[in-house]
Amino acid sequence: MTKSSKGQNIELDPERVAANGLLSRRHLLSAALGGAGLAMARPVIGQEPGINLEIPAWSKAPGPGTSPYGSRSAHAQLERQSGFGNPLYPGGGASRSPLQHLQGTITPNSLHFERHHAGIPAIDPAGHKLVIHGLVRQPLVFDYEDLLKYQMVSKTYFLECSGNSGALLYGGNPDGTAQSLHGLVSCAEWTGIPLSVLLEEAGLLPDARWIAAVGADAASMGRSIPLGKAMDDSLLALFQNGEPVRPEQGYPMRLFNPGWEGNTSVKWLTQIKVTRNPLQFRDETSKYTDTLPDRTSLQFTFPMDVKSLITSPSGQMRVTQRDIYRVTGIAWSGAGSIRRVEVSADGGQTWGDALIESQQLDKALVRFSIPWRWNGAPAVLQSRATDSAGNVQPTRDAVIAAKGTINRYHNPCIQSWGVNTAGEVTNVYV
Amino acid sequence: MYTFRRMLKASTLAACSAAVLVSTAQEQVKLGQAITEVSLAEFNLIAEPSGTGFPAGSGTAQQGRTIFENRCALCHGSNGEGNSDATVLVGGNMQSAETPLRTVGSYWPYASTVFDFIRRAMPANAPKSLTDEETYQVAAYVLYLNGLVAEDEIMNAQTLPQVRMPNAEGFIDRSHIQ
Repeated sequence: MTKSSKGQNIELDPERVAANGLLSRRHLLSAALGGAGLAMARPVIGQEPGINLEIPAWSKAPGPGTSPYGSRSAHAQLERQSGFGNPLYPGGGASRSPLQHLQGTITPNSLHFERHHAGIPAIDPAGHKLVIHGLVRQPLVFDYEDLLKYQMVSKTYFLECSGNSGALLYGGNPDGTAQSLHGLVSCAEWTGIPLSVLLEEAGLLPDARWIAAVGADAASMGRSIPLGKAMDDSLLALFQNGEPVRPEQGYPMRLFNPGWEGNTSVKWLTQIKVTRNPLQFRDETSKYTDTLPDRTSLQFTFPMDVKSLITSPSGQMRVTQRDIYRVTGIAWSGAGSIRRVEVSADGGQTWGDALIESQQLDKALVRFSIPWRWNGAPAVLQSRATDSAGNVQPTRDAVIAAKGTINRYHNPCIQSWGVNTAGEVTNVYV
Repeated sequence: MYTFRRMLKASTLAACSAAVLVSTAQEQVKLGQAITEVSLAEFNLIAEPSGTGFPAGSGTAQQGRTIFENRCALCHGSNGEGNSDATVLVGGNMQSAETPLRTVGSYWPYASTVFDFIRRAMPANAPKSLTDEETYQVAAYVLYLNGLVAEDEIMNAQTLPQVRMPNAEGFIDRSHIQ
């Protein structure tokens, strides 16, 4: 496959793997892609960018030297996107990761999504305590400096708010972007102490079945976690991508429950009460419960489902030339690792296997891609992930059929990006 | 082990917080300091459905009305009508033909959560500023606005957790799916 084949009838293309221009994932490894790329602004169809091979100004004068803390290029100013919070309650609300501008699988700490229930507390770690009590042989309190002396583990995990993608259940949002619709997911390397180590130090009593985790924010937000999870892979996370956890992520320490809805990974963790039964906090009764069409509500819906998303091309982008594009995105599952990602360019009628570009870690984002030739015709781009447990990402219709539209939590549905003849990409429903 | 722990304490207190201390699986550090449940009386704000964790004191809706007007009505309205779906406290019917409005009265399965949440998180602009007595009074008022207790019914550690919530049977526990 070379550029000389541009304009060839794609139905005769030997590397075609699915209809409407999807090519073999091997193409990405064996040939350079068309240079058109994606434009956020005006189309440049028909224009060739000028090539300037003069020595640039920055090669003719020394730049500034080292600095105590790094900064972004003035030409790469990615930002989180905040929603409209309640003006009477400014500490609430969320901000979303700019998924369409990120590559790889790790979310930079400054761009990790946020969700706060009473703002970010300004915690001095010297005054922060972690208490473990309740159904334990010996209630304990831990200081931050002491916790730093424990053996730690480092794991790469996604974190997703269970409200992520909830807007898709309403319909609408033609102007939605990957960020505005799905930006409540991020991925980082989390370093900390297995919670089981600290619980065992306190000593669990036979009746212990749950833990209640409470943060030191102004809402003292709490969640109940089954002891099985707490003893399995829950972490007391102290570091995020190598640096102390950021204040908006729970500095100096947070609970981290891999693969589970983000709200359970209580930030600014200060209290663990080991109990027989769940505590029925506000955020596990009034909120974070999934009301079904029959008006019963699912409670303690912890794992996040298998899910994927094309991040480029995506909403508000524009394909600018009839050429081959690298369609790329992210996939993840709370039930294990990602085994397969398929992509469709015809709204789900035919599918081709995407290349998984990254490591396929448990409960972590993977990056996928597949080459796609846009011939100027309308297209609907979708991705569909399968995880190591065999779960397959469902369509929006299937999610609505199963759980209705009252509920706004835990929506893993396939995202459809429509591409029109002008190359404009929008959120569509098919 | 004891020697190891003492060594850790002694060495790390001497201004070497960056020291890398090695322990083996057999010799995990144990640096939690023993405390008693009694010492957590102020710290622990968890009020459980069983009644465990509720403080001494009591209050009625009658007593709570003025506090609610002064401290809560800005967001929740004088009668709990709220200024948004996120702040409305009363009304709704889980069996309504249209999408049900989910409030304390129509949705919340446990009365204990009303007390627990007010004590830990409300008023939003000054959480934990109410006394235990005031918290009982405001919780009683919210339950009264929903028609769940009488205006003069005394809410305390015994009575409040026993208030029957209309949607108590409306939830399905999915915690076995992990």
